[in-house]
Amino acid sequence: MNAYTTAAEMLALCAREKISISELALRREVEMTGLSREEIFAKMKTYFQTMRASIRRGLEIRTPSPSGLSGGDAAKVLDYAKGGNSLLGEDLTRLVAYSCAVLETNAQFGRIVATPTAGSSGIVPACLVLLEETRGLDEDRLTQALFTASGVGIIIAGNAFLAGAQGGCQAEVGSASCIAAAAVVEALSGTPEQACAAGTFALINTLGLVCDPIGGFVEVPCVSRNGMFAVHSWLAATLALAGADPRVSLDDAVFAMRDIGRRMPRELRETSLGGLAICPGACKARIKS
Amino acid sequence: MNNTYSAFDIIGPAMIGPSSSHTAGAVRLGLLARGICGGGTAFYPNILIELHGSFAATGEGHATDRGLVAGLLGLPPDDERVKDALKLAQANGISIEFRKVDLGANAHPNTARITYLFPDGERLSVTGASIGGGSVVVREIDGFETELNGELDAVVFWHMDRPGFLARVTGLLACIEVNIAAIQTTRRMRNSEALTIIKIDAPLPPDCMSVLRKIPFVRRLLAVPRLP
Repeated sequence: MNAYTTAAEMLALCAREKISISELALRREVEMTGLSREEIFAKMKTYFQTMRASIRRGLEIRTPSPSGLSGGDAAKVLDYAKGGNSLLGEDLTRLVAYSCAVLETNAQFGRIVATPTAGSSGIVPACLVLLEETRGLDEDRLTQALFTASGVGIIIAGNAFLAGAQGGCQAEVGSASCIAAAAVVEALSGTPEQACAAGTFALINTLGLVCDPIGGFVEVPCVSRNGMFAVHSWLAATLALAGADPRVSLDDAVFAMRDIGRRMPRELRETSLGGLAICPGACKARIKS
Repeated sequence: MNNTYSAFDIIGPAMIGPSSSHTAGAVRLGLLARGICGGGTAFYPNILIELHGSFAATGEGHATDRGLVAGLLGLPPDDERVKDALKLAQANGISIEFRKVDLGANAHPNTARITYLFPDGERLSVTGASIGGGSVVVREIDGFETELNGELDAVVFWHMDRPGFLARVTGLLACIEVNIAAIQTTRRMRNSEALTIIKIDAPLPPDCMSVLRKIPFVRRLLAVPRLP
């Protein structure tokens, strides 16, 4: 049996079987669904391919979305990355462009993969595609990394939430950053413990993020936020791979996220009744669009 | 506590944007309502959709309306036609009315109540919530409390609350080697109308529906397919 509800249980299972989180997640899925390992892996692989396509499509967008609140920034960031003198270095600047690109695709009714949600769908794909380009990891390896992401993600889904309407943006972008950081660590041969540490670093530093998009559209701040938090995941993975210790467990981080989500006023949970959604500029933007 | 989330609840669904809960979840909720009501929109051209909470507040920007209608039309969440669902419905002569409502503090913020208005005055209502990442749950069918999420195939019985009803149903399913994952029965009151949902691990063989329909006190019976 490969069932678990907490990160502690997940790590114990990985240790007992001497396997990675991705392998555990795949075995669990086989047990749960009765489908074959190959079928499940193949489905996940098509998701990876859809993610890559959503990045490519987004990088080509040069026109505004129907609301007028996004469009063209991913392409600008990519141009800047290629310019040779970008502040963050070419690779990380590309990471930002890729993550923004998925959200721009999303805003223009394009096809994306929710990871875990559409509002946070840039972070995991951007991190994995950057690994593909800079580290030469192949599709199978990156598909495996998606199982690392899902293996960690079910802990958040089971013990807290993934919807902005329930827990604010910390539940969406926070969760995405968490599972992306864990996926990056395992893709680079880090241990399950390091993967959890990376997830923890990502999650404890996104706590409290509210969901207050302008006009209710998944664009401002979602596009730039996905770009920026892809880098956040990269940093969390960096800390964990370096051996830094988050001092709290992933289970504690998930507990805190849930606690904060429950206390978060409903105006800041995807209702467009507070924060950025009601700032004077936002009201003007709405009238214009 | 048991964690039943699939890897594909976290990674996936592949979908048309912009929101997993408000667009893809809406499509899946529409699909589930379509299943509960027997498959098509063709015979039931009048549909009322009531939006509650965040669905009402930010639904338009997130294309929740198009998503729900796309599902009612049978389109999967990653179909490029989702964005044109309202026009598609109109072109097919289906009349859909939207209303913003308050279903109370206990309703999930992303809740929709979909009511089919039949030509003979009968109604069938399905109340469901999009609970994040595209996952959905139907909380109520015709006022009966339910917990239907579309993760498995299901058989829904509208029946009378009578002794031996479940024994007959489960006995028949046992004979054809159908494995039952969960059963939920709710009733209006003792000895009155009831609703039973049986979740099963594989679709029912097509020929056994007519046999199940012969069980005494079955008023209506539907196979609701699992969601894509």
